Amino acid sequence: MVQSENMNGLATIENDIVEEFTLFDDWEQKYEYIIELGQKLPELNQVYKKDEYKIKGCQSSVWLNSYEENGRIFYEADSDSTFVKGEIAMLIRVLSGQKAEDIVNAELGFIDRIGLRQHLAMTRANGLAAMIKQMKLYALAFHAQKS
Amino acid sequence: MNDLVQVRNKTTSVFDVDIIRQDFPVLGTMAYNKKLVYFDNAATSQKPSSVINKLTSYYNEYNANIHRGVHFLSRKATDAYDNVRTLAAKFVNASTEKEIIFVRGTTEAINLVASTFGKMKVGEGDEVLITGMEHHSNIVPWQMLCEEKRAKLRVVPISEKGEIHLEEFKSLITDRTKFISIVHTSNSLGTVNPVKEMIRIAREKNIPVMIDAAQAVVHENVDVQDLDCDFLAFSSHKMLGPTGVGVLYGKMKHLEDMPPYQGGGEMIHSVSFEKTSYNEVPHKFEAGTPNIADVIAFGEAINYYNKLDRDAAFLHEKELVKYALKRLQEIEGVKIIGQASERTSLVSFIVRGLNAFDIGMYLDTQGVAVRTGHHCTEPVMDRMQIPGTVRASFMFYNTKEEIEIFIEALKKAIKLLNK
Ligand SMILES: Cc1ncc(COP(=O)(O)O)c(C=O)c1O
Repeated sequence: MVQSENMNGLATIENDIVEEFTLFDDWEQKYEYIIELGQKLPELNQVYKKDEYKIKGCQSSVWLNSYEENGRIFYEADSDSTFVKGEIAMLIRVLSGQKAEDIVNAELGFIDRIGLRQHLAMTRANGLAAMIKQMKLYALAFHAQKS
Repeated sequence: MNDLVQVRNKTTSVFDVDIIRQDFPVLGTMAYNKKLVYFDNAATSQKPSSVINKLTSYYNEYNANIHRGVHFLSRKATDAYDNVRTLAAKFVNASTEKEIIFVRGTTEAINLVASTFGKMKVGEGDEVLITGMEHHSNIVPWQMLCEEKRAKLRVVPISEKGEIHLEEFKSLITDRTKFISIVHTSNSLGTVNPVKEMIRIAREKNIPVMIDAAQAVVHENVDVQDLDCDFLAFSSHKMLGPTGVGVLYGKMKHLEDMPPYQGGGEMIHSVSFEKTSYNEVPHKFEAGTPNIADVIAFGEAINYYNKLDRDAAFLHEKELVKYALKRLQEIEGVKIIGQASERTSLVSFIVRGLNAFDIGMYLDTQGVAVRTGHHCTEPVMDRMQIPGTVRASFMFYNTKEEIEIFIEALKKAIKLLNK
């Protein structure tokens, strides 16, 4: 997905996700949708399913690979929880392919707006919060190196 | 407002769970427009109105600091507080209420023993013995003690079924074993350990034993004199009472020998800058203003148990877990974790190929509250070579109909997650 330079692509995608979630009236439907996203998340290459890529959580773990191409940061990830994979899919949709600076500054308000904040708080133990931090750290490191 | 159980005729042979449920306001909650099914009782139980009302009546009617006031309110609060010590002593059949020390919970009780009695008894090269199914709260305090004293923490292994073999337990007791601390009832496997026999074995070698009874006092009658344990710990919040209160039972002779735990008010006899002399047991271990309100309301939780037809309630819990096990085993891919022959009213399981957390989250969407993960017993999960389980834990106020809702929800979760 190519974003024009002066448009904040990140916020637009966040809005799209929020819009999609307005279709669901309850937590069950949201859960099912997130599971669906998780089931569709492309498989992560086995070479990244190693401890150095692993973010260990209390209940499930996340494997994250980050790389840069033409000044933009890309992410791919996996988890042993399908629900967490669904959340990963949304985060990747928002953050992957963005500029390092935008990633560092991203507030990710959509999590709150789609009513997933409580559930995310519950999943703090699931490596997801740690994954967001890790995504930002990678972008920050890249940004610092560049400037 | 009286709880209905109080007016119920104790001699009725049927255990009327519908009547009992009316004592627990939370059980009527709707979760996401669905009837709440609360199966996370091993984490914390729900509270009857009598306990909840006691908290407000204490604050409304006789809030005062205790053991120091000369006035009307203080006297009333002191009486109410001290009375709970007597209730708690009777609840576990301690020989005197002085053997009851109020703490914040099981965790604090174990820490208290490790850092007073433990420090006194365990030295370099000595050993502390625990089992492979301990809650983290019965591992870490002993680990800390052993680290400090350069002692060794030894662990009785558990079998595939989640049981301890007495022979193995015996073989791990050595001349250097100075303390044994064991869980009565496992919160992650449901195993009820043969603690009485284990204590008898330890007694032959004169080794003091502490029992973690957090999950035990809730589902069976526990008698410290019959067990002959040296220490025993449990938490109010798991047995219908408020959070922030627990009990440490200790044999009088130990409590008298032990140094104090924390310093401050209440625990002293007299203080000068040269020398402080300590108050008597149990006050020696209760520094500062205690958790007055919660202790008083905890008394109501004990009263609730006292008025309850406990035999019938415990039998009902046994039937619930038996039923849940049967229904779970009918589902393809379900594996029960913890198959001990002596078990309490909880069941831990995994589903082949699925993540416990995903299942728990789906059950939540259906209003069914369970716990997923390692349940603060990581070594148990390592032993069973799994990351975690789904745990459904029952209380006498739960029903077979709720188990049906849970089973249906679980089937839907499996279908959805296997797509
Ligand atoms: C077996 C067991 N021991 C100890 C504890 C710790 O109790 P608390 O958190 O009330 O101190 C628990 C509670 O989870 C438990 O289940």
